[in-house]
Amino acid sequence: MQLSVWTYEGPPHVGAMRIAASMTGVHYVLHAPQGDTYSDLLFTMIERNDRRPPVTYTTFQARDLGGDTAELFKRSAVSAFERFRPDVMLVGASCTAELIQDDPGGLASSLGLPIPVVPLELPSYQRKENWGAAETFYRLVRSLCQGTVPAVIAAKSAVSQQPDRRRSCNILGPASLGFRHRDDVLEITRLLGDLGVTINVIAPLGATPADICRLGEADFNVVLYPEIAGVAAKWLERTFHQPATKTVPIGVGATRDFIVEVAALAGIDPSAVLAKPSSRLPWYSRSVDSTYLTGKRVFIYGDATHAVAAARIARDELGFKVVGLGTYAREFAREIRDAAKLYGVEPLITEDYLEVERQIVELEPDLVLGTQMERHIAKRMGVACAVISAPVHVQDFPARYSPQMGFEGANVIFDTFVHPLMMGLEQHLLQMFKEDFEFHPGAAPSHLGPSHHASQAPAAQPKPEPDTEPAVAKASSAAAASAEPSLAASGILPAAQLTGAPIALVWSAAAEQELKKIPFFVRSKARRNAERFAGEHGLNLVTIETLYDAKAHYSR
Amino acid sequence: MSPYNQDEMLADNDTSGGNTSGIQSSFGAVESSRPAAPRGALDLPVLRERGQREVFCGLTSIVWLHRKIQDAFFLVVGSRTCAHLIQSAAGVMIFAEPRFATAIIEEKDLAGLADLDVELDRVVGQLLERRPDIRLLFLVGSCPSEVVKLDLTRAAARLSDTCKPGVRVLNYSGSGIETTFTQGEDACLVSLVPGMPATAESDPPSLIVVGALPDIVEDQFKRLFEDLGIGPVRFFPGRRASQMPPVGARTYVLLAQPYLGDTLRALEARKAVHLRAPFPFGAAGTTAWLAAAARVFGVDAARFSQVTDRGAERARRAIAPHRETLQGKSIFFFPDSQIEIPLARFVYEELEMQLTEIGSPYLNRQVLEDELRRLPPDVVLSEGQDVERQLDRCKALRPDLTVCGLGLANPLEAKGLLTKWSIELLFSPVHGYDQAGDVAELFARPIRRRDALKV
Repeated sequence: MQLSVWTYEGPPHVGAMRIAASMTGVHYVLHAPQGDTYSDLLFTMIERNDRRPPVTYTTFQARDLGGDTAELFKRSAVSAFERFRPDVMLVGASCTAELIQDDPGGLASSLGLPIPVVPLELPSYQRKENWGAAETFYRLVRSLCQGTVPAVIAAKSAVSQQPDRRRSCNILGPASLGFRHRDDVLEITRLLGDLGVTINVIAPLGATPADICRLGEADFNVVLYPEIAGVAAKWLERTFHQPATKTVPIGVGATRDFIVEVAALAGIDPSAVLAKPSSRLPWYSRSVDSTYLTGKRVFIYGDATHAVAAARIARDELGFKVVGLGTYAREFAREIRDAAKLYGVEPLITEDYLEVERQIVELEPDLVLGTQMERHIAKRMGVACAVISAPVHVQDFPARYSPQMGFEGANVIFDTFVHPLMMGLEQHLLQMFKEDFEFHPGAAPSHLGPSHHASQAPAAQPKPEPDTEPAVAKASSAAAASAEPSLAASGILPAAQLTGAPIALVWSAAAEQELKKIPFFVRSKARRNAERFAGEHGLNLVTIETLYDAKAHYSR
Repeated sequence: MSPYNQDEMLADNDTSGGNTSGIQSSFGAVESSRPAAPRGALDLPVLRERGQREVFCGLTSIVWLHRKIQDAFFLVVGSRTCAHLIQSAAGVMIFAEPRFATAIIEEKDLAGLADLDVELDRVVGQLLERRPDIRLLFLVGSCPSEVVKLDLTRAAARLSDTCKPGVRVLNYSGSGIETTFTQGEDACLVSLVPGMPATAESDPPSLIVVGALPDIVEDQFKRLFEDLGIGPVRFFPGRRASQMPPVGARTYVLLAQPYLGDTLRALEARKAVHLRAPFPFGAAGTTAWLAAAARVFGVDAARFSQVTDRGAERARRAIAPHRETLQGKSIFFFPDSQIEIPLARFVYEELEMQLTEIGSPYLNRQVLEDELRRLPPDVVLSEGQDVERQLDRCKALRPDLTVCGLGLANPLEAKGLLTKWSIELLFSPVHGYDQAGDVAELFARPIRRRDALKV
């Protein structure tokens, strides 16, 4: 039993729904209790689909359990077939139906429907959404392609004799509810076109069962999302001798590597495409205004593909320092471990949201790159953040073209990663000038002339405060001290845990004043460092000196 | 051509024959402003269908219950699907560590490799250690826990004993095989009834308003009851675990929601007396609801109208501009939360909309009699669901407004039908005089928006 506050992935049958909803001509009959229909809203509300996902649920109730739920399943399958007339039917069970063991696959095959029926066995108590999507796509590909193998292989060997023929590939993995899959497909299609590679089939997004039957005809496969298409691509490689790409083209470097890899598989020369002007990212990153990005500490968490790509971009293309790297995708733990070694960090392989939060709090990054959940953690901490991975939110389906992959994807990512930090800087400037003689909030804009100033009270010049006297006798916990966003105030850590020591620590009034001059987004860190330093050195008064001693002590 | 096949309309056997005298009352503005046939829709046959139901399960009610009982924690014992459901329904509330979670059953639990009881104790221990502020813990049963017959009643009793003092552990089922959406609240409240203190014989008569209401609405009602001289008035569930009201022979019960039939029976078993009334939606509904209490507490008519006239008038004023938008427009309700019938009565009586089909997951005649009586006799009532056939009917009728769940709304909009998400009518404050205009606005907004858009 596992305690879960928030989950990063849904159950595996939601993964199967994503495959069905990606395609046309496929219908999924799901043995499931009422209530499981909630997942329809993921498609209609988050992705704003204008049709319901092609899923029929049996919606059995307690009173059916004593009766014949198998009969109910058969009835549902027949009426779904009659109503929707799909080319292929997927059948399976959700977590509850798995327990009652009605065998949807066997029941459906006994119906003698005049279409292929693909049974899905998705163990709900072991596996999760992405696994379910990958398994469903693999089962679908396998059962639709198996019959085509001898014919396709014969046809291909005849064609392979032709010299100078244009090579073709499939694009595998883009799916409904995928993070920016819609736009990635466009971007990569364009890139492959520039290279002179023909696209045979894109699947599952937008594909029909007939398209799936043609998969074997391509020379190789481009696997954009190994989480979804990895298993199917391996089977295609074994069956049709189609090699698959390994590089996921997210970031400038990875896109260039991808071009080289595709060119090798297609037997073409990539130099023309590589020589063309591509992304703005390299120049923007070299531009002097980006200097402040140097060494920004970044925490990265998401699905493995996007997390690994984000780490490479962060370090090699933006000059950040990767301080944490993790994933919720246990199936891809190895990829994350390998990448973590590159950056000298401990890999975080967990689906426990609280564990991720703990890690972020501990690492105190300047930027969090994560899922929507990490966005909320960062928001509470007052740390800059950007979303790089599913689970998706309605915001992850922007109206504008916004790919992650290819050169345009790199442009999008530059903006996505850098803007939150820029906004942080702007906030800081506003704060810094808050008590300025000229720009204090009471002052009228200077271009309106001096008469406007007359009615305003002059800015109070802060009086120098003695550095040896304690400030107002308030407890020095960050929570009680001020309205600034602190971890304790945001409820992340109990205040006692922040100060650590039981000794009552007091800030001098001058040190408090000085602290206010520190940019707000590092202020709570400065406060903590000063208090930790004082605690470790047995001091019970934090002075300006303590503040700067701590700064020197913890300087990185 | 009517999309309704008369053969499928099953006449109801149990149309309440009991009290047919209607409300003979000295209070003004209680009767419907659009008098229908004397028995309204009471004797109408009900279309009962059995097919795919497109509704949430009872776990969803945790989304508002945990906000209401501020020191309670809801631990669903279920699967990843349960966790995913609640989070999808409550998506917007991710900003804090929520007071609900799921103990996800894993393969090793089912294979008997792990003792489920031991595992549950461990998870609860982990939880309480993290959240020392919790006073009341609900173990919430789910479809999988029901099917594997995990005995949460026994677990709750055991944990109540072993947990540190000050934490009560209760259990109820929010499973989809037993409950639909709002019935989760009903089940939760039933589990709280045995723990309610008993009133003493010397206590004066008291009133309990049953059903989780937003605090602001509770406070509005509290003021109205005070001005009427009705009291003591208490709300159930209370805002804290220790604030559950006492109940006994001289306790009167007003339901704030129609889906609390089991809770009502549990309170009646503790001798409480149900005050039959329409539900407090709109000016007329609110007045009739207050009147039911005023009657037993002996409030005189002059005082009643002195207290309620102002609110009712304000409600009518707030509703008026929206009535202009909605008057004569047709409306279709898909089954969702069981508040469809009271809402249909409100839009019929006060917004003068034209009712087509009113679907409800469950039609509880005991509590809806006064509502049904106020509906026109030409409406179609449906209970249960075959969503595909219901969609066929809706598309054939092409109502001006369709009230439906989130899974259906955009696909219907894409077909040119305007929709109102039913869940919003549950998550927003909709009860009482001062929300009447807001509810009307919720129905009017899709139409105003369509008229405003030029794309």
